[in-house]
Amino acid sequence: MKPAGFAYHAPDDLDHALDLLAELGDDAKVLAGGQSLVPILALRLARFDHLVDLNRIGVLRGVERADGALVVRAMTRQRAMERVDDVPLLARATPLIGHFQIRNRGTVGGSLAHADPASEYPAVALALDADLELASRRGRRSVPASEFFQSTWTTTADPDEVLVAARFPRWEGRAGFAVEEVARRHGDFALAGAVCAYEPGARAAIALFGVAPTAVRAPAAEKAMLAGVPADEVAHEAVRDLQPADDVHASSATRVRLARAVVRRAVTGAREEAGA
Amino acid sequence: MSSQHDIVVSVNGERRHARVDARVTLADFVREQCGLTGTHLGCEHGVCGACTVLVDGDAVRSCLLFAVQADGAEVTTVEGIGGPDGALSPVQEAFRAEHGLQCGFCTPGFVVTVTALLAENPAPSDAEIREALSGNICRCTGYQGIVRAVRRAAGTSA
Repeated sequence: MKPAGFAYHAPDDLDHALDLLAELGDDAKVLAGGQSLVPILALRLARFDHLVDLNRIGVLRGVERADGALVVRAMTRQRAMERVDDVPLLARATPLIGHFQIRNRGTVGGSLAHADPASEYPAVALALDADLELASRRGRRSVPASEFFQSTWTTTADPDEVLVAARFPRWEGRAGFAVEEVARRHGDFALAGAVCAYEPGARAAIALFGVAPTAVRAPAAEKAMLAGVPADEVAHEAVRDLQPADDVHASSATRVRLARAVVRRAVTGAREEAGA
Repeated sequence: MSSQHDIVVSVNGERRHARVDARVTLADFVREQCGLTGTHLGCEHGVCGACTVLVDGDAVRSCLLFAVQADGAEVTTVEGIGGPDGALSPVQEAFRAEHGLQCGFCTPGFVVTVTALLAENPAPSDAEIREALSGNICRCTGYQGIVRAVRRAAGTSA
């Protein structure tokens, strides 16, 4: 239950971190809040010769508002997201992440880059069409959330790249938002979860998590929601093509049933809040 | 591959200079290098909450932080929660009064968690109390007494 040995690097500027990653390649892992990585190291599910800790890099912390979006720098603690009122999905998803002691340390970028299929932020990023900003010695690029999450714990970021920020569009019209999930115990990873954003007559976004190797959008259900179809039928549409794996936590059929329930609740909640 | 680091950490107000291996967690550092064994280790992977300490005032799992990461930080363990003369803090007093512990293994983590909760939210509702306690596991299942202790410490006992 103790991590294997590693060389620890704590650069205080981003360029130094990018140099280290360029030099060390696959032997290095970025350490953000450590709330997923450190358990993985302690359980010896993975080991790395080098950890590059981003916690001392000031420019990776904080949020800013720009061009209709909330830009959250990667090392911003999850706890700070509980009070962002201009991206309600972030504020509502955050209390569902672990426990407050975890959120005091866990970061927004760490959760996105870790890409656990049952975690909340990837679903929020997908639903809002967020852009993820990556940096490496080779330059910077912006990747849409729809192209970032590849599979369980796997993203399209290269080993020498650091996720430096996520850009979440703000929905400024009369809109409603909801995040719903079912977990066995408070703070556990969700067996199934759904996020929903809805602007009557304009747009609807639904993303599910915990039911596939990545969070997934439900485009047919979004169309149905916009068309005013009852929530239960929207939910039915959302889970039509899901084929979650059986695992020790729940059977595939259970997860589909739970997914349908959380979508129904999220759709109902977002509609009520939007006054539709 | 491993690396050694010289760190300076304030632990319960006392500045400590130490040399640590990178892989040593903050929990092992306070227990083994500082001799402060009040911080307990249950699961060592962030689930049980027994090892909760304050780092710069925030409650965190000390098993999920490396000691080297606490370089320059102020750490408060359960030993630093009471008065310097050994007097119990209001939270500790309330745990005693309400029978908020049975075997006591989880208690340091609960006391630190509740101290952090009340510093931020001095009059939590029952729902907020239960939410805040959800990250700490008591295997004696003494939660009712613990919830009452939090209410008493907050002065909100019904």
